[in-house]
Amino acid sequence: MRVKLRYFASIREDLGQGSETVDTNAPTLFALRDELVSRGAGYAESLARGRAVRVALNQVMADESAVLTEGAEVGFFPPVTGG
Amino acid sequence: MIERVTIQTQDFDISAEIADLRRKDGRVGAVCSFVGTVRDRNQTSAPSTGVSSPHPVAAVSPGGGSTAKAAVLSMELEHYPGMTEKSIEAMIDAAHQRFDIFGARVIHRVGLLQPLDQIVMVAVTSAHRGESFRACEFLMDYLKTQAPFWKKEETPEGAQWVDARVSDDAALARWGIGAANA
Repeated sequence: MRVKLRYFASIREDLGQGSETVDTNAPTLFALRDELVSRGAGYAESLARGRAVRVALNQVMADESAVLTEGAEVGFFPPVTGG
Repeated sequence: MIERVTIQTQDFDISAEIADLRRKDGRVGAVCSFVGTVRDRNQTSAPSTGVSSPHPVAAVSPGGGSTAKAAVLSMELEHYPGMTEKSIEAMIDAAHQRFDIFGARVIHRVGLLQPLDQIVMVAVTSAHRGESFRACEFLMDYLKTQAPFWKKEETPEGAQWVDARVSDDAALARWGIGAANA
């Protein structure tokens, strides 16, 4: 399935891009993150399991157990610091 | 019905916003507002202490802080367009469910800000003060940990992303919401 990925703040900077579209068979956000990490390069570091990464599914804060669906928008970003 | 959530680069006028919020609403007997502004010094570089104090102020800088505070020359605010508005709208819906309030208005600025600039405003109206006081604090606690904004500070030593604070999660937990951010 095809999903749109959005990156923000330090993760966007580390990856050198704010968004991309990818084809994946990852059933969950957890699996998707692992798949991205396995690409190596900037992904392995910025999305590494040891790092605090928050995930949104279709623009709502999500748990990584959430199921990925065709056409979904997934956001990866560090803990938020607004206000 | 006035707009409830606005994300903008320009400054805001809280007097005008409050006037709009309570306009011709004779039920309103209380207006509570909060404005967050840009400090000219950052927090200690130790991001969190692990102190889970129920009050956010208590965990800011135990012992006066062991690291020097750096001057903040400017601040860049990034957000997730679409999700930001949607998440704050949901927070206002939650505030209406929890508190007996009439209206709420949130404005958050993004882009390049300078020390002393206004960053965020929350205003709430109710019949009596207690409900709007609580709803205003609830909305700020919620926004701090769940709305997708990120601050980057420019200091004499270079630019750095601001760390999330465990004390802000503790502030949200007081409302019975256990969504960890930091």
